[in-house]
Formats: sequence, C-alpha cells, structure tokens
Amino acid sequence: MSDGNGKRLKVSDKVMIEMKGVNKWFGDFHVLKDVDLTVHEGERIVIAGPSGSGKSTLIRCINHLEPHDEGSIVIDGIELTEDLKRIDEVRREVGMVFQQFNLFPHMTVLENCTLAPLWVRKMPEKQARELAMKFLERVRIPEQASKYPGQLSGGQQQRVAIARALCMNPKVMLFDEPTSALDPEMIKEVLDVMVELAQEGMTMLCVTHEMGFAREVANRVVFMDDGRIVEQAPPEEFFSAPKNARTKEFLAQILAH
Amino acid sequence: MAMESITGRSASRSKTLTPLVWAQRNLFSSIGNTMLTLASAYLLWLTIPPVLDFTIFSAVWTGTTREACLAPGAGMCWPFIWANIDQFIYGRYPPEEIWRVNLTFALGIAVIVPMLIPGLPARRLNLVLLLIVYPLVAIVLLAGDRPGLPPVPTSEWGGLLVTLVVAITGIVASLPLGVLLALGRRSEMPAIRMFCIIFIEFWRGVPLITVLFMASVMLPLFLPEGMNPDNLLRCLVGVALFSSAYMAEVVRGGLQAIPAGQYEAARALGLTYWQAMGQVVLPQALRHVIPGIVNTFIGLFKDTTLVLIVGIFDLLGQMRAQLADPNWTIPQGALTGYIFAALVFWVFCFGMSQYSNFMERRLDTTRER
Ligand SMILES: Nc1ncnc2c1ncn2[C@@H]1O[C@H](COP(=O)(O)OP(=O)(O)OP(=O)(O)O)[C@@H](O)[C@H]1O
Ligand SMILES: [Mg+2]
Repeated sequence: MSDGNGKRLKVSDKVMIEMKGVNKWFGDFHVLKDVDLTVHEGERIVIAGPSGSGKSTLIRCINHLEPHDEGSIVIDGIELTEDLKRIDEVRREVGMVFQQFNLFPHMTVLENCTLAPLWVRKMPEKQARELAMKFLERVRIPEQASKYPGQLSGGQQQRVAIARALCMNPKVMLFDEPTSALDPEMIKEVLDVMVELAQEGMTMLCVTHEMGFAREVANRVVFMDDGRIVEQAPPEEFFSAPKNARTKEFLAQILAH
Repeated sequence: MAMESITGRSASRSKTLTPLVWAQRNLFSSIGNTMLTLASAYLLWLTIPPVLDFTIFSAVWTGTTREACLAPGAGMCWPFIWANIDQFIYGRYPPEEIWRVNLTFALGIAVIVPMLIPGLPARRLNLVLLLIVYPLVAIVLLAGDRPGLPPVPTSEWGGLLVTLVVAITGIVASLPLGVLLALGRRSEMPAIRMFCIIFIEFWRGVPLITVLFMASVMLPLFLPEGMNPDNLLRCLVGVALFSSAYMAEVVRGGLQAIPAGQYEAARALGLTYWQAMGQVVLPQALRHVIPGIVNTFIGLFKDTTLVLIVGIFDLLGQMRAQLADPNWTIPQGALTGYIFAALVFWVFCFGMSQYSNFMERRLDTTRER
C-alpha cells in the first residue's frame, strides 16, 4: 500500500453527505437508530463494526437502494425523498461497489462500463467507449476489455466494478466490503486502486475490515454497533485510544488476527 | 443399460470399440440388461416393420382418384393428400384469392427468418416490421375488403393458414405479455402484483377448450347488441391471454434465478427500472428459460388444433373434413390423413426445438461461466 500520504489530502468545507436523525426498520427490526453523519467533499470515511450492526444498510440508504423511514439524507444539496427524479439524480452522482462485484455476466467488460454512460448520460457510443477504456487503464486491466466477467479473477472483476462506477464520474463512491469476497492475494490489487482513488480526492465511504487501509487512507473511522454510530474519530485516535467499550472489544477481536 | 443404445452419448464413446465389445458392454452387461435388450428388440420387431411398410413400401405415391389406393394391402394414400392439398393449406379460401395467402406466407418468412439469424444488423427495424407492420399487412391481405382485395370472411379461412395464424399470434403476443405479467407479479406495488396474480392464476386454472368455448359462444351473449367481433379474432385473443399466463410463469422462473445484486447494481448506476430490466435482468433471465419458453411455444402450436371445438377448421380439422368427402372414402383414409397431419406438426415443432438448442449453445459459448 502507499506511504500514507492520503491523510495529508485537503478536505474542503463543502458538505457532500448529510444524514440527520435517520431511522430505519426492517419490519419490527430497528436497523438504523438516530444516525447522524456528515461527510465533507474529499473525505475518506471507513465504516467498521460487527456483523449485523447496519453498516451495509447505512451506505445503501445513501443511494436509496434502501429507503429510510425517518430523518433526512442530503447528497450534494439534493434531499432524498420518494421523488423518483431525485433518486435517479443522486444515483448518477454516487458510485457503488459491492462485495459480490455484481458485474453483468452477459456483457463484456467494456459493455459493463459503457452501459450507464450510454443509457443514463446518453453519451455517444464512441465517447463512452473511450471513457470506459480510460478508466479500465486506470484500474490496470485495459487488455481484458473484450472478455466476459466470468473469465476474470475476483480481483480483476472488482477492479472492473470500480471502473464501471467511475465511468459515471461520480462525486461520491460507496464501497461495501469490496475485498471480503476476494482471495488474500487479490486484496492488495483492489486496495491499491482504492488508495489511488483516495489520493485523487474522491469522497469515499467504505465499509471494510481492512484496518491497514483505514489507518493509511481514512481521515475518519466510523464505528457502528447495533444500528447506532457509537464512535467516530481519526484513525490514529480510533485505533490507539478508543473510548467506547464496544469499540475496544471489536478492535481487540479484529487485531487479534 | 439397454436404453443407452439410443442416446448420442454412448454412441460417440463407442467409436473406439468394436461393435461386438460395444454390444456386450451396453446391451448384455448383466442378465437384467440382456432381458431388457431382448424385450426392446421384440417390441421394435413388432412395430417398426408394419409402420415402414404402411408409410413407405406399400404407400401409393401417384394417382388422382381413390381407385389408385383401393388395391388390397395398399398403404399410405398420397393421392388423397395431393388432391386435397389446397384445402389442407388454405381451407375454403377462394381459389382465385389464394395468391394473397401465399404472399402473406412469403412476407412472413421474410420478416421472421432474419429475426432468427443472430448477429444481423437493424434488429430494431426488423422487430418493428415483425411486431407492428407485418400483422397489419397480413390482416389487410388476408381479410381484404379493400380496393382490389375482395373480402374473405374468416369463416372461409382454414387448414395450415388458420393453424399458423393462431399459433403465431399466440407466440408473438404471449412473450411480451408474459414478460409484463411476470414483472408485475414481482412488483412492489400491491395493486399491480395482485392484478397479475389473479390474471395468471385465472387463465392457468381453466382449460383452453373452456377458454375457446367461452370466447366463441358465451362472450357474444355478454357483449352489447351489434357488437360482435369475429369468431376467429375472439379465439385469437383467448389463445393469446391463455398462453401469456403460462409464459409469465416461465419467465418468472428465469427472473428468480437472477441475483438481486444484478438489479441493484444497475439501479445504483442510475438506470431506470425499465432500463435495468431491459438491459440487465431480462436478457439474463430469458436466456435461462429458453427451453421453457420454446416448450410453451410448442405446446401452444399443438393446442391450436382445439379451435376445431368452436367450428374453426385448422389443419387437423380440415383434414377430418376432407375425410368425409365421398370421393375419397378409402379404408386407409383416416390413417393417411392423421399421419400426414402429424408429419406437418412434427416438422414445425421439431424446427422450433432445434432452433432453441442452437440458440442455447450459441449463447452458452458467449457467456463463459
Ligand atoms: N432486506 C432485509 N430484510 C430484513 N432484515 C434485513 C434486511 N437486510 C438486512 N437486514 C438485517 O439488518 C441487520 C443489519 O444488516 P446489514 O447488512 O446492514 O449489516 P452489516 O453491518 O452490513 O453486516 P455484515 O458485516 O454482516 O455485512 C442485520 O441483522 C440483517 O439481518
Ligand atoms: Mg454488510
């Protein structure tokens, strides 16, 4: 991984994501409890917490893959309501990378990347292809452009998924455990791409158990437990002097490995 | 196992074996297998020679009247087929207007065949021609009542013409309708979901014969006076709705095989519901269920014979009508007619099945998983 210069990156004053008093239920199950979270442009947030604490649900609320029941979520000045127009507007600006890659297996790598620019941005085909190649080069797999996802390794697939999201020129990138489904030897190639992205100033929210990544890249670690944000702090502080008892317990478990 | 002798797999495996070794391994490997083999051989001996004799060796190929087929022991009577071939194809369509049917057939081939060949350009134009332009042209040509085209009421249509009209309408209408119903059944909107469930379960719950009978006999009783849509048209609507309910369930099976992450990833990229379905979910889902879709098509094709129940003469109905012709009372008439009809149906259904196999193999090589 990099030398940790990610932390010296400037964070602007502009608020990119603002969640206030967000509550969500799955039936009777209260999955998000009074979540407040403000993310500035250029910030790199790592979200950690035990399984089932609501991390995925939290970031899926940001692009409305899960609707929230109470509170407000504002992305780059657009408030998420049930208004479909606004939801689409937000989704155009927010890229997402999934644990299971979710590449489209019936399309080539290139087609995966050009799909959204063609249909959502209505970009001419040639321009979309050039854009896709640019990002495939950035994730270092331009030579795989004409293959199908099923022909690539997990690490390559996840890099394609990142390139696919970047083709929409998002202002925010959401990562939901992007390396959890990968074999150990492929984790680094994906994290390297994410580190580069952070260095370029991308606003990122990343659910991950990669504490090394958090230490080097994040400027804030958010710890969730039982649907609540129980602690948030810069990584140095988070790892060396956790305040919450649950955080301490969690860190002890994670760092034991 | 004795059964293995008819599957292609063991045949290719046996290439390196001498016939004797092959037979020993596949047909006589145990006492049980030997008995099965002998029993099968006996059954084949009982059935195959008479069938071959009737259809080929003793068949009467030429002639123009029934006398040609009256010789003792004469088999399949082709003169009966040749003499009535126009009825079998066109029904009672006026002979001087038959060119209109032929033109419709030719145009149909011209729009359907390019659609079936993968990788041809101008797909969208082709689809518009097939789904919108062609049906309108076909209606005008076949029904007429336009300058230069005297009207031909559908009661005079018959034979293969009716079989194809009913089957193709059913096939072309059932796929899009079925897709919509399947999507509706999985919709998050309760009203739409409820409607689709009721619709599907209603049509799946009634036999096609009932549907046709209702459409033909009962519907006019409920409709206001003077509003009396054509009998064939009513049956077409009935068949289309009936088969779309079956198609919906086939498509739903395909949709269920696609992980939710596919749809979510498409939506997260900013695609709308219809774009996500049309570009990401449906292409994969339909690919999974090609055998089921074609199975429904084949079932529908054969079910078209049921229109006989409401006085519409499809190929089979027309054949039975010609059998009643006193000029052609011959002992082997029914057998000849049914074998011929079976042959025609088989050619169409086998064609569909082969095409489906071809598409599956083709799509499989590009999917690479
Ligand atoms: N669609 C759903 N319906 C009902 N319950 C759900 C649904 N999705 C998630 N949950 C529940 O909500 C809780 C939080 O889920 P979530 O996926 O956000 O947790 P997580 O912190 O991401 O966990 P993990 O680390 O295992 O991914 C879990 O208990 C889960 O079982
Ligand atoms: Mg999760």
